[in-house]
Amino acid sequence: MDQAAPLAPGPDGSVLQMEVQQRFPSGFIVCASLDVRLRAGSMLVLFGPSGAGKTTILRQIAGLERPDAGTIRFGEDVWCDTGARRWRHPQERRVGIVFQEPTLFPHLTVRDNIRYGVRPGSDPGVRHPSDPVAEIAGLLGITDLENRYPRALSGGEAQRVALARALTPGPRLLLLDEPFAALDAPTRVRLRRELRALLQATGTPAVLVTHDRTEALALGDAVAVVIGGRIRQVGPISDVFSRPADVDVAASLGIEAVLPARVVASANGMLDVRVENVVLHVAEREPLEPGSDVYACIRAEDVTLETDPAGKASTRNHLAARIVGIASEGPIDRIALDCGFPLDALITRRSREELQLKVGTQVTAAIKATSVHLVPRV
Amino acid sequence: MDWIALWLSVRLAASTTLVLLAIGIPIAHWLVFSPRRWKVLVEAVVALPLVLPPTVLGFYVLMAIGPFSPVGRAYVRLVGHGLPFTFEGLLIASVLYSLPFAVQPFAAEFASVDRRLIEASWTLGVSRLATFWRVVIPLSVRGLVTGIVLSFAHTLGEFGVVLMVGGNLPGVTRTVSISIYDSVQSLDYAAASRTSLLLLIVSFVILVSTYSLQRTVWIKPRH
Repeated sequence: MDQAAPLAPGPDGSVLQMEVQQRFPSGFIVCASLDVRLRAGSMLVLFGPSGAGKTTILRQIAGLERPDAGTIRFGEDVWCDTGARRWRHPQERRVGIVFQEPTLFPHLTVRDNIRYGVRPGSDPGVRHPSDPVAEIAGLLGITDLENRYPRALSGGEAQRVALARALTPGPRLLLLDEPFAALDAPTRVRLRRELRALLQATGTPAVLVTHDRTEALALGDAVAVVIGGRIRQVGPISDVFSRPADVDVAASLGIEAVLPARVVASANGMLDVRVENVVLHVAEREPLEPGSDVYACIRAEDVTLETDPAGKASTRNHLAARIVGIASEGPIDRIALDCGFPLDALITRRSREELQLKVGTQVTAAIKATSVHLVPRV
Repeated sequence: MDWIALWLSVRLAASTTLVLLAIGIPIAHWLVFSPRRWKVLVEAVVALPLVLPPTVLGFYVLMAIGPFSPVGRAYVRLVGHGLPFTFEGLLIASVLYSLPFAVQPFAAEFASVDRRLIEASWTLGVSRLATFWRVVIPLSVRGLVTGIVLSFAHTLGEFGVVLMVGGNLPGVTRTVSISIYDSVQSLDYAAASRTSLLLLIVSFVILVSTYSLQRTVWIKPRH
């Protein structure tokens, strides 16, 4: 998987650059700094706990929130530069936005909602020369709903229409504020898949706000971790999840290794999943086709270390590993391993001393098939 | 029955309502969407007619449009006659007197429109003014109708302000409520009772229709 691609400078895509500060009457301060290249069809996730300021940052990008100080640039355009007294209104930025609750115009039919942002005789920059409404409605499977009013739609249908409305004018950037949080789980999974296909079909880059880890992993190409009004770490998603910059970021992400992987075989409720050049045996929780891209998530406390490879145990995965680092966390030691991919194990200091583990020691890392959690990429 | 007075009242109420629709929408829009702090002052001024005695309001309007004020003198120079004791003078007074009955329902309804609908419209490239016409106004139809009906009914029943500004000229400023007062003064209770009953029925029908309109809002809250 091409994880680093969205951040790499490339011929296509635009750089989103922001360096802003905004103080709210409540005393909360958002102080965001970001510099990311958004490739066509790729997605940046603003991830963090509720109340961290993710939505505010998204609204600043949209032009719905005006920073007290700072700059926001997208590609060649300066959207905000308080020093030069420059401000682009949301109307001029050509962004599409989808909120958590469906916010369709209740007095307009689905068709008129989708057409709402299309100017008669629209500008040549629009990507869809033929009929954008029909094309996007077709991609989302909402063509049959065109004559209905929003109150006659289900939650999933309404969010599909909201997506269609945001994408039809051909925005340069799509902004999504927890768009699927209010939907039931199966609908959410289906819509994620449709969203990904739609972004790739239209070549629109997107910024997604979410506090849902699975959603971030499933959809994100890059992630920016937002805590306490600040962007604390930005990078390709597996990098950030595997190597959090500090304790706060680690705590908000969940302490787990997140490894890019691919399903290579499936039989009798067991999956073979390849991480780098290592194959892991994983208990199948949901059906996954061989060839699917996934993230394999392994908690450090679920990794046990053995020095005697002959020992018999029920554990399915025994990986040859070399210790590359040992960090003490009180009575517990965190052992950094290289087993073809980076992996951490948590063991007590007593065990470490009894097994005489030190940097460079060759060990076997054992992981139960039920301890590997797979998050499918869509 | 004083049909001339009744016809005058209906004309006055209709004209007042039209003027209030024209100026009430921009005022309500400004009150709801302006970020200025001092808009509370304007809000209070708009609401003043609710608490002021009509005679006080009428007195000030008379002073403001009379021959001693620059406005009054300018009008005389322009048109050839003064504003007091004319239909136009009465119209100005009625508009001020009924202003809160139009602006408050308008503003309440504008404010209840989901802010995110407006923001979605902006991001779709639609200007603030166009968003107001394409989203806010269509979603505020009930508030607009309420304001129109209340303005009409309130103007139909005004008395003190009319007496102060308009006097009692048949066909020009003698409205139906003044006609009733005159009938009672001249002990013609039969005429007074007929006109009063008519005004009572008209007002009741107007209020019933307004409240039933709002009732549909209570039953089916908008999302």
